[in-house]
Amino acid sequence: MADRLTPYRVLLASRVRSQVTYGRSFALDVLGSASVGIVEFAEVYIIFANVDALGGLDFAGVAMVFALANLAFALADLAVGHLDQLPTYLRTGTLDAFLLRPLPVLAQLVTSDISLRRLGRAAVALAILGIVLPLNDIDWTGARIALLFVAPLAGAAIFAALFVIAGAVQFWLVEGAEFTAAFTYGGSYAASFPASVFAVPMRVLFTFVVPAAFVAYLPTLVLLDQPGPGGLPQWLGWCAPLAAAGIWLVAVLGWRAGLRHYTGAGS
Amino acid sequence: MFANGFRRWATYRGAMAAGAFTNTIFGLIRAYITVGAIGAAGGTLAGYDAKAGITYAFLAQALIAPVNIFTWNEFALRVRTGDVAVDLARPVDPQLAYLASDLGRAAYSIIPRGLPPMLVGGVVFGLAMPTAATPYLLGAISLLLAVMVSFACRWLANLAAFWLLDLRGVMMIYVLASGLLSGHLLPVHWFPSWLAAIANATPFPSIIQTPIDIVTGRAEGVDALALIGVQLGWLVVALIAGRLVFAAGTRKLVVQGG
Repeated sequence: MADRLTPYRVLLASRVRSQVTYGRSFALDVLGSASVGIVEFAEVYIIFANVDALGGLDFAGVAMVFALANLAFALADLAVGHLDQLPTYLRTGTLDAFLLRPLPVLAQLVTSDISLRRLGRAAVALAILGIVLPLNDIDWTGARIALLFVAPLAGAAIFAALFVIAGAVQFWLVEGAEFTAAFTYGGSYAASFPASVFAVPMRVLFTFVVPAAFVAYLPTLVLLDQPGPGGLPQWLGWCAPLAAAGIWLVAVLGWRAGLRHYTGAGS
Repeated sequence: MFANGFRRWATYRGAMAAGAFTNTIFGLIRAYITVGAIGAAGGTLAGYDAKAGITYAFLAQALIAPVNIFTWNEFALRVRTGDVAVDLARPVDPQLAYLASDLGRAAYSIIPRGLPPMLVGGVVFGLAMPTAATPYLLGAISLLLAVMVSFACRWLANLAAFWLLDLRGVMMIYVLASGLLSGHLLPVHWFPSWLAAIANATPFPSIIQTPIDIVTGRAEGVDALALIGVQLGWLVVALIAGRLVFAAGTRKLVVQGG
């Protein structure tokens, strides 16, 4: 098993080295990524400069949803965000090189890059979480503490699966990168706010089709012991890992179908 | 140059449709968040009722492509590769030539990128658009100025390429500042006063907030004309600054090759 993972480890280590070699440039990139998180949080801040509640949650609650969702997205973006580049690989024929090697294409693509600068955004999300967690009235039990750690990981898995599905769709669309952004980046945006503000069809779309609500809002309901809005009972918050498993099943099947559909760029 | 810009962007129909789809989904999400906030505020927030808030959210999405609040680094790349030498050798002013081309791009993108979000917003929620002709007429002027102000600012950001090798930091700051301060995320009227003061000291509100205020009739008559005056002021300042910086940059520029 260890032997089989060696090529991936070597690849990733080379990517990590290449990014931290230019220290100042790397620091600026991390800073840039952190500013993205800060500017996105400005939206929550501006709303709560005007009102006391949004979708049934107070500032601390919404900020917790935001921080959990941003942390999850930053981790997924760090690990697999570069799948966004797939249309370029398809157009230039770079993907063919991956197909020739005796390793799974998806595993190769995932380990072909890692964007360490996204740690900046993850750090901002963690900082916000650290500040607002004590502001929330949470009855800490063992299960809730476990959920606090599981939710961002399950959320990251959900976003990673969305990136893989978006990649798979590119095999058919090629120039549809912006089309899938509606679900990857749009999913991240929808996950950062309480799903209770959406009308029922949107709520269903961003819970059961694109499982964005499982990333942060539903776990937050469990942590705060609040009832969910219509159609979203609180216990769904415990099911974030199940949602991640479900969307990964779709992602793997979709990826396989996409790869079978691929016929090469003629290079 | 204008017709060229128009034709160039008209070629990528699939990408246009994909972009319009994404703008529409983001418009829907933001509309619900806006309505949630306005509801929590008791029905109106800084003069926006639910319908006005929804209209703002979709207009802000519809304007993304025409005014191009996101990054544009075409000219910076030409400076880095040395292709800028060709621009300098042409008998046209580079700034005005790129402005004409950008207006062509904007003119093409208004319908395919602007109409779908507005249609979906209208069908799903119903939008609060004025029935009189004046707001649309003034709105068209304001939108034209918004595109030009946006171009003049992007041009300035691109000129940093004369001095910096890697523009990623500059572009990142530019995109974040324009996204937040233009009113693209939420209306500038909702900002706490310190943030509104910062925003209003920059040209960015002239790019999104002002054309929306005018076309929705929030600013009428003298107020609308005053806003257009502010846009004109920023346009002149940014264009002149662009010329001065460009002149300084070309004095420093050395292009290798034969």
